[in-house]
Parts: sequence; structure tokens; C-alpha cells
Amino acid sequence: MYPELGQLALILALLLAVLLSVVPLAGSLTDRGNLQAFARPLAAGMFVFIGLAFAVLTRAFVTDDFSVAYVANNSNSMLPWYFKFSAVWGGHEGSLLLWILMLAGWTLAVAIFSRRLPSVMISQVLSVLGMISVGFLLFIIITSNPFDRLLPNVPADGADLNPLLQDMGLIIHPPLLYMGYVGFAVAFAFAIAALINGRLDAAWARWSRPWTTVAWAFLSLGIALGSWWAYYELGWGGWWFWDPVENASLLPWLSGTALMHSLAVTEKRGVFKSWTVLLAIVTFALSLLGTFLVRSGVLTSVHAFASDPERGTFLLALLAITVIASLALYAFRAPVVHVRSRYGPLSREIFLLLNNVLLVSATLLVAVGTLYPLVLDFLEMGKLSIGEPFFNLTFSPLAVATGLLLGAGIFSRWKKTDGGWLARKLLWPLAVSLIASTAVVIGYGGFKPWAFLGVFTAMWVVVATFWDLWDKSSSRKGRIHGLRRQSRSYYGMVLGHLGLAITMAGATVVSNYGIERDVRMVPGDVATVGDYQFVFKDIGERRGANFTAQYGSFDVMLDGEPVAELHPEKRQYSVGMSVMTEADIDAGLFRDIFVAIGERISDDAWAIRLQYKPLVRWLWLGAIFMAAGGFLAISDRRYRIRERAEEKAGIGAPVTDAGPAHSAGAVS
Amino acid sequence: MHPIRKKRLTIVLFLLVGLGVAVALTTYALRQNINLFYDPSQISAGEAPVDVRIRAGGMVEEGSVVRAPDSLTVEFRVTDFSASVPVEYTGILPDLFAEGQGVVAMGRLDTNGRFVADQVLAKHDENYMPPEVADALEKASKGQNKASANTNTVSY
Repeated sequence: MYPELGQLALILALLLAVLLSVVPLAGSLTDRGNLQAFARPLAAGMFVFIGLAFAVLTRAFVTDDFSVAYVANNSNSMLPWYFKFSAVWGGHEGSLLLWILMLAGWTLAVAIFSRRLPSVMISQVLSVLGMISVGFLLFIIITSNPFDRLLPNVPADGADLNPLLQDMGLIIHPPLLYMGYVGFAVAFAFAIAALINGRLDAAWARWSRPWTTVAWAFLSLGIALGSWWAYYELGWGGWWFWDPVENASLLPWLSGTALMHSLAVTEKRGVFKSWTVLLAIVTFALSLLGTFLVRSGVLTSVHAFASDPERGTFLLALLAITVIASLALYAFRAPVVHVRSRYGPLSREIFLLLNNVLLVSATLLVAVGTLYPLVLDFLEMGKLSIGEPFFNLTFSPLAVATGLLLGAGIFSRWKKTDGGWLARKLLWPLAVSLIASTAVVIGYGGFKPWAFLGVFTAMWVVVATFWDLWDKSSSRKGRIHGLRRQSRSYYGMVLGHLGLAITMAGATVVSNYGIERDVRMVPGDVATVGDYQFVFKDIGERRGANFTAQYGSFDVMLDGEPVAELHPEKRQYSVGMSVMTEADIDAGLFRDIFVAIGERISDDAWAIRLQYKPLVRWLWLGAIFMAAGGFLAISDRRYRIRERAEEKAGIGAPVTDAGPAHSAGAVS
Repeated sequence: MHPIRKKRLTIVLFLLVGLGVAVALTTYALRQNINLFYDPSQISAGEAPVDVRIRAGGMVEEGSVVRAPDSLTVEFRVTDFSASVPVEYTGILPDLFAEGQGVVAMGRLDTNGRFVADQVLAKHDENYMPPEVADALEKASKGQNKASANTNTVSY
């Protein structure tokens, strides 16, 4: 009974989505306020019904309703209750439903928090979001119905959730990631609405900015969480594999980062408009591409995709329609926009332009490395894989260049920056970061060119960021007053940039100075990794809720002093008979100690992986900083106050070029 | 030439050169890091290059896994049921590595026809067969059918 209700709710949501994508848009084009007024209620209604469908599916999981095929495939009565909850998005159908729920949530949020937007604009934005919802609701209803029943042969028990997914990280990773992915739909919808209206102005950029920033912050957290999960759950201590699934999430993050920065220029200076719109379209297209890559089965095998093409083709069609339609609109509308603002060859505009060039290059590189093998395979031109070295080799220089440019760009001014002044300004930060990074690198046990470059770049970003904060906060009324005078969006930027530096430092140090040893150990053996000694005490059996485990005990010593006692496991899950390696980690701000059990070599000997991972936590700590910066930036008063002021001034009429009005130095 | 046009031309040329360099470098990096896949039949027929990093895959032959008594070195044979290749690997094998399972290994072929792997992959799903391996098995079984139909060469 309930599953059918869920199905019905989805169909009703689809109807509402169709109305949402047509009625307000028609109202905005024919200038009928009564039709535009439908936008918000329809958005709310869509959210309610999709939420209902989601609740029904959750209920089916919690009550072990194995007559629902999706539940039977992804759950088991022995599964702990919290995993039953997260199993809702543990498979294809459910994760799509989550995707759609997020989209409906964003749509509702736009409807609620954009009360001050002109009615025409908001109805168009919501209509575009409605169109995206139509596409995905059709997709889920036609190809991936989570409510399909196994009647009359209801299985006695479910096939269980993949043990890899039975983990806390996986409860929150997909929702965060999807919040980010789907959030870029809002920036996309704003861009499309602006194109329809032909009003790509500073106001449009300011409306898009907070939405883009929030989506980006969620995506940063989602990616970091995924990387963390891979680190401890996949068992072997790697944190980024340049795997297509990971790249799929990195692509929109990179172009989304570019979008955030070009939106800033468009808002402050009224330039880069066409470019910004294009980036908004590309970023959302990359989110769709990511969804396609992960959800079509094309990654497991191009041929599996070719033999069961329904889902993949549908997603590819959605992607194609989105890209073609929005680029066609772009081709028609974008040239209308004229740029009058001028900027010199050494200005903040140019620095941000270069930032965009680098980020887009990085996006292209990752896209090429990810898609090239797929395309070749699809064309039957051979099977190949592109290894990590390709990405490391090409991505690292771009990351370093971006960081170096960032440090200099922080000091630059809008319109025109004096070269000599900038050079003098950079001298001290340069000297400080050179000395500091040399010290760090030597402290970690030796100079390596790449390690030095990475650490230096991170240090450079940190020093320049604080230097700039120091400059800006100087005030006759004292430092505290000066610091308090800075806006939240400025502090958001500071946090974001510090986050980037932290992540860079972590990535560099752990890749260059981490130690990994695979050894054969018998209980009683001692192995040395760096300065640490690992004592393999014993190994025995342990029973968990739905598994049995080989349970190892290790003492970790540093200079004869005990540091930690670790218990890595090798689990055998009873339902699927699958084996999982559960590493045990002694986590610290400056280093992780990692032990994982490999296979049993003989009666008493085991293969053991021992690792020393300096600064590995910084990878994810940096992402937390970045996300916090994003959230702080959007809480800035100016987003509310200016909107109010504009409302009073009656900004409903199109503004043709508001660029120079928001003039230089607005950041300071 | 008009100074503005000249300026534009410089910018365009600059962009083109930059783009060219970027494309050239990327292509170079790509060429250096592409790992081609070979199945056991191709390797034993001498089609795979020696001392180049490649991927090889197939099923782990039953009863072929031999462990060194005092290190993590393990030797096994990978087969597509028409030919098999000896593989040597030192390190921790993935959880799902077992005789009769499909695996993909990364490494280099030495001059004795032994595949020295630095990485062995077996996916986290007992029903999963690496697509390359599935392909290779299919091809090999076709080859054998052909062979039984009076063609003595196994050709692809």
C-alpha cells in the first residue's frame, strides 16, 4: 500500500514540476503577474510530494518491507537501524530520489529566500529549476523506480547493503555531495533567467553569488568526506585515486570555483559577464556529466552500458538537451551584453581572469583524463587506462601556479595596480614564506623540489592572506576596531584561501614524506616505520552485529614510549560473505598512524600494512575551512541591506549596465 | 596596422601559443601515462611490449598461487583459458583476490615473459568481473571454438 503511495507522490510531483516549468515562465514572458504568482506555491508543492515519496521509501527500509525490490536489494533485517536509514541512498534508485529531493529543496529555498527578487526573475528561475526537475522525475519514474515491487514472491530477507557502504561517512557523504552538485542548478537557473531577460547585470551576479557559494561549500565538504572515507574505509590509506567517480565530483568543483571568482568580478566591476554565464552553464553541465558517469553504469563497463542503455541514454539525452538548449540561448543572447568598463594589464580583474584560466585548464585536464579512455573504449579503439601519474604531473603545476597567483592577487587593486608598488608589497611576504617553507621541508627530513614548491605555495598563500588582513585592519582606533570593521565576506575569503593552503600543505607533505610499509608479521614481531615501532601483539576473533572479524592488536611506540594501541580488523560479513578490511588509525593533527591487516600468509603469519601519514588530516581540515569561509561569506549583511535599498529604489526595471556603480575597493 | 588591431592580434597570438603549448604538454603527459591492456593470449604470443608499464588481466589459475615463505612475494598464473602468464607481485593482495577470480594487474613484462606487477586489482564485489577480463575470456573462448573448427591458429 505505502509503496504505491510513494509512486503516486512522485507522479504528482512530476505534474507539479511540469506546471512549474511552464506557467510562471509563460507569465513572465506575457507579463501576467497572476501566472507568475504560481511559481512559489508550485515549488512548495513539488517539494512536499517528493519529500513524501522519500519518506515512504525510508519507511520501507526501516520496516524491512522486502516486497519493494530496491529495499530487498539494498537492505537486510540484520542491518543496524542507522544503516537502514542511510541505505535509502545506498543504491541507484534511492540515490536518484535523494538527488531529486535535494533539487526540490534548493528550489524551495530559492522560493523562500528570494522574496526581494523581481517577480519576473524569480518566476523564470523557478521555472528553469522546474524543467530540471521534470527531466529527473521522468528519469526516475521511467527507468529507475524505487517503488517497484517483488510480488507475489516476496523474499524472506534482503540481500544486504554493500559492506563498504555500512559506515558513518557514507551516511552523510552523498547528501553533502548532492547538495553541492544540485546546488549549481540554482546558479544555472539564474544564468538562464538572466539570458532570457537579457539582463546580465551586477544585480544578477549578486543574486547568484550566495547560491553558488553555498553549493560550492557543500560540494567541498562532500568531496572531502568522500576522500576521508576512501582513506579509512577502502582500507589502504590512499586519499585520492583520480578515479573517474572522484573526478566526476572534482570537475564541477573546479569550474564552480572559477565561477565563484568570476561572479565576484561581474558583481563588483560589471565585466566578464558572458564568461560568467558560460561558466554557470558549464558548471551545471559538469554536475550532470558527473551524475551520468556515476549513474549510467558507463564506468563499470562501457559495454555494460551499451547492452543496457536505457538509463545511460536517458541521462545523456538530459545532458545534451541542457547543454544544447542553454548554449543556443547563450549564442542568441550573450552578444547583446556590452562591456564598457576598462581595466589595466595589472589589475585585480586580470588576476582573477588568470585564476579562471588556470581553473578551467585544470577542469579540462581532469575531463580529458577521465573521458578519454571511455571514448576510446566506446569507439572500440582499444582499452587503456590513464594512470595517476598523468593527473599528478599535469594537475600539480596548475595548483602551484594558482596558489602563487593567489598570493600576489590578494594585494592587487581593481582597475589598475602599480607594478612597482605590488613588487615592493610582495617582497616581505616572499622572503618570509621562502624561509618558513625551507625550514618546514628540512624539518620533514629532506629537500625535494616538488615538496618544497608545494609547501612554499601554501606558505605563500597563508602569509599573503594574513599580510593583507594586517594591512586592511590598520586603523586609527586600534587593531581590534580595524579587524571588526572588515566584512564577513572578506573573512569568508580569508578562510577559503587559508583552507586551500591547508589542503595544499597536507597533500604535499603526506605525498612526499609519508611512509608506507607492507610487511609479513607473526604475533610478537616488531616493525619500524620512520621513528615509530609497531608491536604485533596478537590476533583473535570477534563477533559484530552482522559480521565476524579477525581482530588484531598492535602497540605503537615512539622512542620506547607507548603512543597508541590499535585494533585493525578483517571482517567477514555473514549475508553476502564479503570480506572487508577495517584499518585502525591513531589520528592526530600532525600525523596519523595507520595499521591494516592484509591476507593471511600462513598459519600464524599475516601481511600487514603500516603507515606514517604526516599532515594527512590537513587535507580535510582545509576543506572544512573552505566551506566555513563559504558559509561565512553568504551571511554578510550586504546581501540583505543592498537588496532592501534596491527594493526601495524600485529595481524591478532592467538595469543595463550597473558595473561601475559598484566601484573599486568594495572589498576593502 | 591600427594599434588596437595590433594589440588584439598580439593577444590572439599569445593565446594561441599558450594553448598550443598546453595541448602539446598534455598530449605528451598523456602518452607517457597511458597503460594499455593485454590479455594472456596476447602476452604469450609476444604482442605485448617488454619493460613498458601495461595492464594485464584474466582469471587466477586454480592451484597456481605460490607464496614465498619469508616475504610478501607471491607468484601466480593468470589465464584466459587459452594461454596463461606467470605473474610476480610483492605486497598486499586485495581482499577478493582468490584462485578462480578475475584480476587486473599493473606492471611490466620482463624478458623471460614473466609479468612483474606493482599493483593487483580485484573489485569489491564477488560477482564483479573486470570488463577487460570478461572481454578477454570471451575472445579466448571464441578462439578455441575456431581452433576446434579446424583452424589451428588462434587469431584475433
